[in-house]
Amino acid sequence: MSLRTMNRVVLAAIVAVSVAPLAGQAPAPASDAPGGARPAAAKAPAKSKSYSAPRTPWGHPDLQGIWNNGTVTPLERPADLADREFLTDEEWAARAKEAAGRAADRPDDPDSDLALAYDNEWWDRGAPLKRTSLIIDPPNGKLPALTPEGQKLVAARAAAAKSHGPADSWEDRPLQERCLLYHGVPAFPTGYNNNYLITQTRDYVAIRYEMLAETRIIPLDGRPQLKTPIPQWLGNSRGHWEGDTLVVEVTGYNPKTTFRFPVDHPTLRIVERFTRTAEGIDYRFTVENPTMYTRPWSAVLPLVKTDGPIYEYACHEGNYGLANVLRGHRYEEQKAAEEGKREGR
Amino acid sequence: MRMRFCPSLSVSIGVATPLTIALWAGIGSMSVMPASAQTRAYRAPRTADGKPDLNGIWQALNTAHWDLQGHAARPGPVVALGALGATPGGLGVVEGEDIPYQPWALAKKQENAAHWLERDPAVKCYLPGVPRVTYMPFPFQIVQSADHVLMAYEFANASRTIFVNGKEQSPLDTWMGWSNGRWDGETFVVDTSGFNDQTWLDAAGNFHSEALRVTERFTRTGPDHLMYEATLDDPKVFTRPWKIRMPLYRRVEEHAQIVEFRCVEFVEELMYGYLRKRSGN
Repeated sequence: MSLRTMNRVVLAAIVAVSVAPLAGQAPAPASDAPGGARPAAAKAPAKSKSYSAPRTPWGHPDLQGIWNNGTVTPLERPADLADREFLTDEEWAARAKEAAGRAADRPDDPDSDLALAYDNEWWDRGAPLKRTSLIIDPPNGKLPALTPEGQKLVAARAAAAKSHGPADSWEDRPLQERCLLYHGVPAFPTGYNNNYLITQTRDYVAIRYEMLAETRIIPLDGRPQLKTPIPQWLGNSRGHWEGDTLVVEVTGYNPKTTFRFPVDHPTLRIVERFTRTAEGIDYRFTVENPTMYTRPWSAVLPLVKTDGPIYEYACHEGNYGLANVLRGHRYEEQKAAEEGKREGR
Repeated sequence: MRMRFCPSLSVSIGVATPLTIALWAGIGSMSVMPASAQTRAYRAPRTADGKPDLNGIWQALNTAHWDLQGHAARPGPVVALGALGATPGGLGVVEGEDIPYQPWALAKKQENAAHWLERDPAVKCYLPGVPRVTYMPFPFQIVQSADHVLMAYEFANASRTIFVNGKEQSPLDTWMGWSNGRWDGETFVVDTSGFNDQTWLDAAGNFHSEALRVTERFTRTGPDHLMYEATLDDPKVFTRPWKIRMPLYRRVEEHAQIVEFRCVEFVEELMYGYLRKRSGN
């Protein structure tokens, strides 16, 4: 979970505790909370009649606290579930059991265990949702078709990636490996540390990320986006309340920002919606990127309350991995060059 | 330029009416008053839970980041940067001027200073620790809630969560420490410990050990001023606790915001350049 350097026994205990409530499931799961069974409307989250969100003293719905969005549910619907928006209860239970038991059910053979990069005690991926994909619109759970210019852009990026080796420099490595950007906006869950602290005032919502210990700040004061936004890795956020929903518009991304899906940064506009529910926070976002996609698309990433605190995640300060990846590649090149010389003789 | 940050001091001096004279006299006498007296002189606006409102974007305007102690301007180590790379001179922020190092520690401080670029962790975009993060030449934003206060800094995208009336201690050493806060009248008092020994206090080689405990006091002294005090207690390095003190200024520009300073990408050539693939490899 959070304390990466604690000893493994303690870590395993934390992971087990944090996963148990999700796998155990509250009665009558609803909407898009993990295990939720109710179909979600494409735009507005389904409203529970009996539920009324707690309020801040100034009357805004209270989103404050520590939340986790870890899930093993994929962005796009897998081919074998192509015609189904939801898993059956049995399918969901089997997946939840598998996800919850990963730390305990480690491979017996140490080589297989280590081949998981970090071993299974490390991971904290979260529970599966009841739905088969995070994408809720288009209804087939897949990213929409790319525009012709989007296709060209994707092909050009693939060609550029092929024009150099996998680790000629740090710039060829993923942003996460460089400790430059991790969960981003929208914050996509990864294998661990999917925890967020939300703090509110009348004028701002701040979201502190466990990963990289950074804070995203969303002004609510109605300030306009700049005509030429200052490119930011997390984009430029502008928020406002629509009834009980916090709506945030994000534009002006740094062109080097990467996402779990292809984007064309200059025309990218993401609209997020945060709504407090009995189960947590219904979080959904719509991607509008007309030069990349033939239509807007939407996905959900529900947040569930979790216990804190969040500990420091200092990534760059101890980033031995990046230097070692580069060093390994240089070593192999040197070895290949020496062998080439020997064979040439 | 600097006046932009402290509009309350830009009182009209064009016409010396009795009122402006009285105002100036008031400011003059306030500046020699102890902190507690100043605190009584200004009552900050309140948050919804009745606490002094520290929300805002704040920045130090001094040279503490370069050297906590008084120092003349000096040339910088990067020849190509010329005048722009030189270190500006400035008054110190240390109460009583001296930092009470143990003899071995003073020698290490001087050695650190002589090897500034190789040793200063902030050169590598490492989290700058507390209190240094407060007076880096970058703004930070306070987002204040009843049970915790968030401080989000531009430099290295660092942030701190300060738990109001928190009792928990850090279970291990960290770069930014573990902060518990409490309200003492007009002042937000923050106790931070759980540090590692890797951060510095400025760019002049001032340092600490993992035994450091920092007690910070944030007190609003005006609409756009936040007085900052930090007492540093580290029995492994210093002979007694010592204190720094400086005003922080509100960034009053319209739509002021924290702009990312994600400096990792600015130091990769410095840190990993020797591992870049060379042509002909």
